[in-house]
Amino acid sequence: MLLRYRGGAGMLAWALHRIAGVALWLFILLHVFDIWLAAANPALYDEVLKVYASLPGRIGEALIGAALLYHALNGLRIIALDFWPRLTRYHLQLWYACWIVFFVAGIPGAYLIVAPALGLPGLKG
Amino acid sequence: MAVITRAGRGRPRSGGFELAVWYLIRLSGVALFVLALSHFSITHFVSDPAVQTSQWIFGERWGGLLWRTLDWLMLQMVVFHAFLGMRTVFTDYLRGGARTAVLMTLYLVAFLVFVLGTVAVMSMPVGLVR
Repeated sequence: MLLRYRGGAGMLAWALHRIAGVALWLFILLHVFDIWLAAANPALYDEVLKVYASLPGRIGEALIGAALLYHALNGLRIIALDFWPRLTRYHLQLWYACWIVFFVAGIPGAYLIVAPALGLPGLKG
Repeated sequence: MAVITRAGRGRPRSGGFELAVWYLIRLSGVALFVLALSHFSITHFVSDPAVQTSQWIFGERWGGLLWRTLDWLMLQMVVFHAFLGMRTVFTDYLRGGARTAVLMTLYLVAFLVFVLGTVAVMSMPVGLVR
């Protein structure tokens, strides 16, 4: 649906920004609650932490990281275009630049997050 | 003069509250670019979720007031940014009574999230492990 709609790259950039934003909002509801739990009920929080450190938990964190990184990079692009409208001529190039940074930072990042659960070498050996 | 780009929402012509929201989203966005990305890097690359027990949080991560203050600042930015963002999303898709009801619920949840996060930052004992 997203790819067939006539909006092109600008529309896809907007849709992904919105989907990532809603996902991050949902995660923040969960995350503020779990940190509150760390203060209110430390033992229960430590149980929840085991889920975060598990393989499915880490895959979820890599996805949250991806949503955060895309939303952050594309957000800077939006701000740049809003405050320097003459950049709008290069909005597509800026979007591609976002994707380059996204993959260059994101692929090693995702590996480092998931590696400990698979017994693969990571930052902590 | 409204500036319409293909990337974001045009700067509201009406001024007032909507214009303030437009600027706040962007300002808190720049702050979060630094705060949220560094927070994510610290919790996943400098440290690792496997060791982040509640002991680790109030002993190491929040062992000093500087880190608590920075994380509390991030909480404020995130409440502004995420909930004003969701306000824009809901305003796009809802009309009339449903919009009013959902937005009022949204503001209530924003307040609760802010209170919950503030209680966590303030109520944890400082640096017991050290």
